[in-house]
Amino acid sequence: MTSLIGFSFSRWWSMVLKEFIQLRRDRLTFGMIIGLPIIQMALFGFAINSDPKHMPTAIISADQSEMTRTFIASMKASEYFEIVGVLPSEEAGRAALAQGKVQFVLNIPAGFTRSVLRGEHPALLVEADATDPVATGTALASVGQFASSVAAKDLTGPLKSLVGGKAPFEVRVHRLYNPEGITQYNIIPGLMGLILTMTLALITGLAITRERERGTMENLLAMPVKPIEIMTGKITPYIFIGLIQATIILLAARFVFRVPFAGSIITLYLTVLLFVVATLTVGITLSSLAQNQLQAMQMTMFYFLPSMLLSGFMFPFQGMPKWAQYIGNLLPLTHFNRLIRGIFLKGNQWWDLWPDIWPIIVFTLVAMTIAVKVYRRTID
Amino acid sequence: MSEGYAIDISGLNKSFGDKHAVNDVSIQVEQGEIFGFLGPNGSGKTTTIRLMCGLLVPDSGSGTCLGYDILRDSEQIKRHVGYMTQKFSYWEDLTIRENLDFVARMYEMPNRPEVVERALEGLGLTKQADQLAGSLSGGWKQRLALASCMLPNPKLLLLDEPTAGVDPGARRDFWEELFRLSAQGISILVTTHYMDEAERCHKLAYIAEGRLLTQGTPSEIISSQGLNTWAIYGENLADLSGKLQNQPGVEQTVLFGTMIHVSGKNGEMLESTLRTVTSGTAFRMEKMATGLEDVFIYMMKQSSKNSGAKT
Ligand SMILES: Nc1ncnc2c1ncn2[C@@H]1O[C@H](COP(=O)(O)OP(=O)(O)OP(=O)(O)O)[C@@H](O)[C@H]1O
Ligand SMILES: [Mg+2]
Repeated sequence: MTSLIGFSFSRWWSMVLKEFIQLRRDRLTFGMIIGLPIIQMALFGFAINSDPKHMPTAIISADQSEMTRTFIASMKASEYFEIVGVLPSEEAGRAALAQGKVQFVLNIPAGFTRSVLRGEHPALLVEADATDPVATGTALASVGQFASSVAAKDLTGPLKSLVGGKAPFEVRVHRLYNPEGITQYNIIPGLMGLILTMTLALITGLAITRERERGTMENLLAMPVKPIEIMTGKITPYIFIGLIQATIILLAARFVFRVPFAGSIITLYLTVLLFVVATLTVGITLSSLAQNQLQAMQMTMFYFLPSMLLSGFMFPFQGMPKWAQYIGNLLPLTHFNRLIRGIFLKGNQWWDLWPDIWPIIVFTLVAMTIAVKVYRRTID
Repeated sequence: MSEGYAIDISGLNKSFGDKHAVNDVSIQVEQGEIFGFLGPNGSGKTTTIRLMCGLLVPDSGSGTCLGYDILRDSEQIKRHVGYMTQKFSYWEDLTIRENLDFVARMYEMPNRPEVVERALEGLGLTKQADQLAGSLSGGWKQRLALASCMLPNPKLLLLDEPTAGVDPGARRDFWEELFRLSAQGISILVTTHYMDEAERCHKLAYIAEGRLLTQGTPSEIISSQGLNTWAIYGENLADLSGKLQNQPGVEQTVLFGTMIHVSGKNGEMLESTLRTVTSGTAFRMEKMATGLEDVFIYMMKQSSKNSGAKT
C-alpha cells in the first residue's frame, strides 16, 4: 500500500470518503454551505448595499445666481440629495456633518458666479460624511456631472467661449472621516473571505468536536489510523466545499452584481485555496481546544468577529486605530480581502500579491503547529 | 508473540487532577481466557482499559498486551487488539455496511467487500445493511459494535460493558459468541455489572476506587473472603434486616424480594444469632453457598471502610 513516512493514503482516503458521506446526510450543514453565501450576498449585496437616495444635504450659499440655482436643481433631480436647509458658515456645516444631521454640505464660495464668468474655473466644495462610504459613494460620483449641466443650460451663446471645451468650474469633493471611500464593488469580493471564514472554521470545528462528543473519536483513536490522517482526511472535503462556495460568490459577483473582474481566474482560485487551508487550520485548532460542539461554535465566533470587524471589511483599514491595524494584520482575512480586491478590481499579479500572501502562509503554519500540539495532548 | 499472558500489566497508575482513578493496578489475563472485570461505577474500569490499549498514557507502571509494550508499541496494540467502547462509538449517520467497510479500510484489510459481506451475514443483518446504524436498537448496536471490533481478527478483545441495556435473550447470544471466540483462542477482557455474567467468566478481577481488591476464579474469590451466608425467607424482611444490623456475627445483610442473605466471617456466632432471632417466628433460615454478589458487596464495604479510616 502507498505510505509515506507512515502516512497511509488509503486510510486518509477512507477518512475523506466517510466525511463526504456524513456531510451528504447532514442536511442542515449542507444547507448552511449553500444557503449562507446566498443569504449573505442578498443581505450585503441588495439590502445593505442598496443605493441610498434622498440623503440630507445642507447648503452654505455665499453667492446666488442662475448658475448656482441650476446646480442645486440638478442635485435635487439626481434624487441622491435632498436639500434640508441653508447654513450660515463653514463651521455650522462641519458641526451638522459631525452630528450626523446632514450627509452632505454644498459650499458655494463668495463671488463664485463672477469667477466663472471671468473664466477662472473656480471650485464648488462638496463635503461628505463618508463614514459609510457605501452610502455616499455613488452620490459623490455623480456631482461632477452637474457642472456640465450648468454649462449646458446657463452658459450658452457668447458665454460658451468661456467654457473652452472644459467644464466652467470644478466640483471638489471632501470625504470626511473616511478618506479611502470604498465603493460597492469592494463589498462583494470582500464577502467571499467573510463567508469562507464563517462557514469553514465553523464546519470543521463542528465536524471534529462532533466525533469527540459522540464518542466516535475514541473509537477512531483505538484504530491504527494516525492523528495526521484523521485531521487531513477530515478537512479535505471542506477544501472542496470552500472552492464551491467561492464559485457561487464569484458567479454572483460577476452576473448578479456585475462586479468587474480584472484579474486571472487561476490566480483567484489559488488564492482562495490558500485562504481555505488557513481557515480550516483555524477550525481544527479551535476544535482541538473545544470540548463540545457548543464550545467550538463559541470559539469560532471569537475568531469570526475580529476577522469581520478588523479586516477592513466593515471599516476601512486605514481609518482604524493603530492597535486595531496590528491585530488586523495578523488575521488572514485582512490579507485575503486585499488580495481578492486586488485580483478583482486591479487585476493584480503574483508580485503585487506577494506582500499579502506570505502573512497567510505564516499564519497557517503557526496555526497548524498549534493544532498538532494541542491535538496530541487531547488524546490523553 | 511469546506464549505468555494476553494481558500483563503491573503497577499502573493514572490520575485526573487530584482524582486517583487507577491506583497501582496489576492484572494478568491468560490466552483464550474470558476475564471479567468488575467494580462499582466510577471505580476505574474504563480508565484501566484505556491504559491497556494505549489511549491513555499511565502516570507510572508498565505492561504488555499480546506481548506488545503498552507504552511503546501502541501502534501494534491498535492493530491487534479489538476495543469495544462502553458507549456506542460507531457512526450513526453511516449505514451498517459503511461502518463495517470503514473499519475494514482503517485496518487496510485485503478483499474488503468479502470481509464486510461475511460480517453482515454473521450478524444476520444482510438485509438491513443499508440502514443507518443510528436507527438500530440498543441491542443491535452492541452486536454491530462487537462485529466491527471483531472484523480485523483481533487476538485480544477488550469489551467495556458490552451488554449494558441488552435484553436477556440477546445477552445470552452475546455470551455464546464470546465462548465461541474464546474457544478459538481469543482472549477476552469484559467489564460488566451483571453477576450472572461474572459467574460465567473463567477469571475475575474486582476494582473499587481505583484499587484492585481481588483477582482469581469465581470460586477462589468467594472462598478468599471466608464468608458464611444464610438465606432467611419470610414476610416483612426489611424490618428483620434492620433488626439484624450490628448483631453479633452479622456483617452484612442483602435484601431480596422474598429473602435476605446474611453473611459474616464467624459462622458459629452468625448461626446462633440467627437462630435466636428467628426462633418462634415464621421466618425460615437455610445455609447457602456464598454468592459472588455477596462477596463483592462485602469487599466494596470493606474497601470504603478502609479508605474512610485512612483519610
Ligand atoms: N478524562 C477524564 N478526566 C477526568 N476524570 C476522569 C476522566 N476519565 C475518568 N475520570 C474519572 O475517573 C474515575 C474512574 O472512571 P472510569 O470511567 O474508569 O470508571 P468505570 O469503572 O468505568 O465506571 P462505570 O462503571 O460507571 O463505567 C471516575 O471518578 C471518573 O470521574
Ligand atoms: Mg466505564
